[in-house]
Amino acid sequence: MTTTIATTTKRTIPAVAPTRVPDLPTVAERTLGNGLRVLAVNRPAIPLVELRLRIPFAGAGPAFQARAALLAETLFTGTADRDRLTIATDLQALGGALSTGVDADRFAIGGSALAINLEPFLGVLAEVLRSAAYPAGEVAGERARLVDATAVARSQPSVIAREALLGRLYGDHPYASDIPLDRQLAEATDADLRALHADRVSPVGAILTLVGAVEPGAALDAVEAALGGWTGSASTPVPAVPAHRTGPIVIVDRPGAVQTNIRLAGPAVNRDSPQYPAQRLAATIFGGYFSSRLVSNIREDKGYSYSPRGSVEHFDVASQLTVAVDVATDVTAPALLEVLYELGRMATRAVGPDELDAARQYAAGTLALSTATAAGLASTLSSLAGAGIGIEYLRDHPAALATVTVDDVLAVAASVLGPSGLATVLLGDAAVISASVATLGALETAAPA
Amino acid sequence: MSLPAPSYPVERVTLANGLRVVLAPDRTSPVVAVAVHYDVGFRSEPEGRTGFAHLFEHLMFQGSENVGKAEHPKFVQAAGGTFNGSTHPDFTDYFELLPSGALELALFLEADRMRAPKITQENLNNQIAVVQEEIRVNVMNRPYGGFPWISLPPVAFDTFPNAHNGYGDFSELQAASLADAGSFFDDYYAPGNAVLAVVGDFDPAPALALVERHFGDVPARPVPARPSFAEPVPTTERRQTLVDALAPQPALAVGYRVPDPVADLTGYLPFVVLTDILTSGDASRLERRLVQKDRSVTDVGTYLGTFGDPFDQRDPLLFTIRAVHPTESPAEAILGAVDEELDRLATDGLADGELDRVQARLAAGLLREADDTLARASSVATHELQRGRPELINELPGLFGEVSADAVSAAAAALRSQGRSVLELLAGATSKSGGEEPKSGGEDQ
Repeated sequence: MTTTIATTTKRTIPAVAPTRVPDLPTVAERTLGNGLRVLAVNRPAIPLVELRLRIPFAGAGPAFQARAALLAETLFTGTADRDRLTIATDLQALGGALSTGVDADRFAIGGSALAINLEPFLGVLAEVLRSAAYPAGEVAGERARLVDATAVARSQPSVIAREALLGRLYGDHPYASDIPLDRQLAEATDADLRALHADRVSPVGAILTLVGAVEPGAALDAVEAALGGWTGSASTPVPAVPAHRTGPIVIVDRPGAVQTNIRLAGPAVNRDSPQYPAQRLAATIFGGYFSSRLVSNIREDKGYSYSPRGSVEHFDVASQLTVAVDVATDVTAPALLEVLYELGRMATRAVGPDELDAARQYAAGTLALSTATAAGLASTLSSLAGAGIGIEYLRDHPAALATVTVDDVLAVAASVLGPSGLATVLLGDAAVISASVATLGALETAAPA
Repeated sequence: MSLPAPSYPVERVTLANGLRVVLAPDRTSPVVAVAVHYDVGFRSEPEGRTGFAHLFEHLMFQGSENVGKAEHPKFVQAAGGTFNGSTHPDFTDYFELLPSGALELALFLEADRMRAPKITQENLNNQIAVVQEEIRVNVMNRPYGGFPWISLPPVAFDTFPNAHNGYGDFSELQAASLADAGSFFDDYYAPGNAVLAVVGDFDPAPALALVERHFGDVPARPVPARPSFAEPVPTTERRQTLVDALAPQPALAVGYRVPDPVADLTGYLPFVVLTDILTSGDASRLERRLVQKDRSVTDVGTYLGTFGDPFDQRDPLLFTIRAVHPTESPAEAILGAVDEELDRLATDGLADGELDRVQARLAAGLLREADDTLARASSVATHELQRGRPELINELPGLFGEVSADAVSAAAAALRSQGRSVLELLAGATSKSGGEEPKSGGEDQ
């Protein structure tokens, strides 16, 4: 298309001006007598209030996992005083919505409503938390639906690959699966859910975050009035994860697949580690953004993959580096070779100062972008609070990023990104890819779980 | 009903080269969004070149006069920002969200590629491969891939612009040439065929000066006449079936035609409200009927437009119902129940309070979306591009508040009075789900 360009003088790329640093939001905080910790922030830009509640929810075994998933689907299907329709109708009339989610660490409820309706909004939440009824008919319907929904989820290659990877990393620990099993779901009863609710849907150790057009002191009072009578007992801690083992490359067979889902993963440092800021930047430079080495090589140079990426997840008792690259079946081995090369390069050679500065700016800048909405600020605060970190992170983390050196990045990359320390799972057509992949390492083949 | 509405200031300027500029300052957070929307999408790509509008969007990231390959992402991200582009039936957008100090950088980058991208054969070949991987990930290698955004239009429409696959056929993508790219750019990427939205933390006067500095000398070029894509509303039902070899459960999509969202906004809004009446939350009509009472579907949703944004597509577009259902629950019974619920709305009207509560949540949803600077930029740009009314971002809650229960009933009746388009997806995969204990790891096999 050079033909369409008129000849002009070279233009200079404009410099980036400093961006004002906003004041840290003021967080009003109160821990109620029942153990519930409440955070409230005034953000008056729009007349809504964002709500996030996280409840520690560790439990072991497939039966617990299935009950927890079904509890999340049925929490809002009835209380002592309101049926499912009334709850939904009342929430909607407040301009409100609430949804639930559960994983191996916590049970979460999130949503928003018109800020003037904060008190009745909290009233619906409190009623559900204190007297969810799990009506047998509603539980039966949602159970059947959840069985079908998990079958659909387990047909997605990204889910199959993740389940195989987590199983590989965590064995029989609760972190080994995100999705419950059919048989366990089928056995979960409404009585099980009522017992689980009584045992675990508890304010002890729970954190409620409110952000929006609310006066923080009044919001704390409103929460205390609505939820002060919610009671429960302390949760059990999440058990330690098993020792990491790498082993051969696992190929999970998916006959006829037009792509291979390449996954590598291993332990990463936790958020409270002094190496955390350096790890954030190492992961970014490796595969955490479009300007990363992984994208430059595998997408923009080789054209092997649409969205190759590397990321770090933090759970309560583990942190995990994951590399995810989906490639056409016939380039599986060459793509895996490039992934191993880029990992090895990170682990053995210093990054360039320009790469480090770019990653630093990106990490700090996107933290600011992610907290620029009420919803984003609420989610960020809730997540930080769950990890025992306060709002000062928004100020201190960019400052910590600014002091990371290339040597710091090399040190953490050597321990986290080195390919010899990672487990490898490939989901793809084993008959087609096995021989070429075997040239890169020992193999074993597994059927999908 | 009176609904809370935002009140973002909105200014409009048209540069001498025809570029329409919308400035919407808001100092809440030190964040700025820049979005450029070109008035061309995959409905305008030529026959024999399916997928070209989307491929061209990728090519716009491959460099321009003063920006090398891969430099656009690097400049934006090293300034602490994010970026992307997307291709829709009627427009293609390019956008950045950045700390406000990077505003001029984003304007420069967008202006440079509006003058002309610089594409080599090597980069074209590379991006054809990347797009093919995108299609493998999102369509070919997954169950329900492209269902129904790719597979329903050929049931509902007869003409190439409306019916063809916007992701494109692999053979046609591979045939794309540099000459195709040059003529597509010449035909559709004139400044007079685009809108620039600048939204967030800035002062309008200096921001407009920066816009003039960087975009003012982009040469004016002829603006293409916008074709009509109109097709008659079917009077009889159209129906097709496809087999999805990877899907464990069947699925169903039903498409209906709706009023022209640009020419008849008042007539169109009740259909937007109707989507929420039908499938927004546990109190909505189809959730109650299909999920809770009949238990005939696993999941059901309704939306307007190809990708679910009711305000970014011109006529003709579809009102779509999408459901995934167990094999033992036949499609005919689900369709019959949908008909009954639409008939009930059309004849009995809405229940007391039903419209008020749906409008309250709808207004809250609009406020929540507009709180996001990038979403706000996208909205004002499409409102300007398609309606010349970026102020709609502030006005829509009020307009939704004026929608009457009778109008929603009439919308339901209008769906019933036409020939709907039905696409049945048959499950080609037996459900192979977690009936077994989880594998504890590869070594145990």
